[in-house]
Amino acid sequence: MGNLFVVYPQCSSDMRGLQLSLNHTQKIRLERAQERLKSLSSKGNSDASVVVADTIPLNYEDGVLKGHGTLDLNGEVVASICGVVERVNKLIYVRALRARYKPEVGDIVVGRVTEVAPKRWRLDINYSQDAVLMLSSMNLPDGIQRRRTAVDELNMRSIFEENDVICAEVRGLQHDGLHLQARSQKYGKLERGQLLIVSPYLIKRRKQHFHHLDQYGIDLILGCNGFIWIGEHVDPKEDAMIEDHVDKPEQKGLKFEGTLGNQVQEVYTPLKTRQNICRTANAIRVLSTLGFIMTVEVIMEIVNLSISLNIDVHEMLGSEFCVLTAEKEVERRSSSKKRG
Amino acid sequence: MEFVTPEGLRLDGRRPRELREMRAEIGAVSKANGSALFEMGNTKVLAAVYGPREVQNRSQQMSNQALVRCEYTMANFSTGDRMRKPKGDRRSTEISLVIRQTMEECILTHLMPRSQIDIFVQVLQADGGTRSACINAATLALADAGIPMRDIVTSCSAGYLNSNALLDLNYVEDSAGGPDVTVGFLPKLDKVTLLQMDAKLPIDVFEDVMELAIEGCKAIATYIRKVMLDHTKQLEYHRDG
Repeated sequence: MGNLFVVYPQCSSDMRGLQLSLNHTQKIRLERAQERLKSLSSKGNSDASVVVADTIPLNYEDGVLKGHGTLDLNGEVVASICGVVERVNKLIYVRALRARYKPEVGDIVVGRVTEVAPKRWRLDINYSQDAVLMLSSMNLPDGIQRRRTAVDELNMRSIFEENDVICAEVRGLQHDGLHLQARSQKYGKLERGQLLIVSPYLIKRRKQHFHHLDQYGIDLILGCNGFIWIGEHVDPKEDAMIEDHVDKPEQKGLKFEGTLGNQVQEVYTPLKTRQNICRTANAIRVLSTLGFIMTVEVIMEIVNLSISLNIDVHEMLGSEFCVLTAEKEVERRSSSKKRG
Repeated sequence: MEFVTPEGLRLDGRRPRELREMRAEIGAVSKANGSALFEMGNTKVLAAVYGPREVQNRSQQMSNQALVRCEYTMANFSTGDRMRKPKGDRRSTEISLVIRQTMEECILTHLMPRSQIDIFVQVLQADGGTRSACINAATLALADAGIPMRDIVTSCSAGYLNSNALLDLNYVEDSAGGPDVTVGFLPKLDKVTLLQMDAKLPIDVFEDVMELAIEGCKAIATYIRKVMLDHTKQLEYHRDG
């Protein structure tokens, strides 16, 4: 049999969601920025990238451990997802890029309540199942630690309702799914702000995921699951009460009801803060379309860039700012590379 | 009707063993977990994958594996005559089933228990070989969604007209009424996962035709892998901070 006649065209790999009308100069600038990024990248241009069913070459034969994203096929290690091969001692695994969230114990996540079920809330956290937040694994708003009664169960909707946005911590996988916990005052319902959803691979696990940006008066929570919360800054209620309440629970309880009552009256976010929230949100949107990793430093750099160039909030989603962001990122990476 | 000229050219100017021009693009639907556009000549298909996500219908939940669902639709404007097709007609139900079974075979469903994966394929332009194009697009979309798979599946059709085995039939050749063999193939495992044929074919000719379709699948796989690798590399060097 003869050979097939096949025409392999040049691939055009477009960027997701980037339906911008770039003019000729912008296109060239963006391409140049991408070229620079490619040359700066440590792994992007090496052969560490694999696709489904690629054989992963082994450097030493004996006893490799096959991790996530790999399969054993007649003694060969084969990738089962597209991603980047990582080697830790004898462990070989494929780090996925675009995928849904893979939880790890202790991750800080932001989620949305999908259902109020008996003794638990179900949350959408971009995982393959809805996560479970038990009534018993969170602090009650009055701050008292006690057994949850039937009355508490009936009042669950007064704590979180459907479609509320919540911040919590991953507790672990139980037999009935993924469990979360919210045992601190920093967790709980998020109000007066925006929720943004990006791909989880763009968020690095770090020590700090809660950020208070003092100069803008906003809070930024980078959930490990790719849900990002940007909201007006709220002062954390004193954590001390968790220790205190044992001696004088009633007094504390009363005090808390008082403060809650005050909060309800004052629901006004200043215009400046709202603009700052939108500016930060748009910075994250631009970074997300370009697929750049999101740390608080990078986000702030883009926010400051937009302020220093006097770019309006709505103009940040335009093509010009997108190109500027790409160029800024190239600058940042090349300078950090020189230093490192 | 003459489908192959004495010079050995087909109606659209191809050789009997020639594929149409392919084009694939990853990431066409921004809200989906994975998506791809696949073109084979004038056939153009869009695939979107959602999931693995919480099962919508609790009674369908499986505690040891993921539920795979597939929906195939043809856009009203995809064919020459603009017809309002009722949703869920027999043809699209059958193709949905075929695509679902083919994809389910290569997805490692046991890694995502109690979840559901939805595959939506939409034919934007139909010019023969839509089911092959749908499978190719779905493979790309699943890979983009980061869903673990045994191997990529590619699909290609071949036919037999004027005593010539023809690769990758277009609409005119397809509607000639001759045999049409569609093959779904796992290139790494060297296995066939889908084989469909309408009309009859002598066994020795059938083997040639199937062999040709497998060759086509391999060529498509080479291209698809290249597209996936380029896309993966691009994501990585953009992210790399």
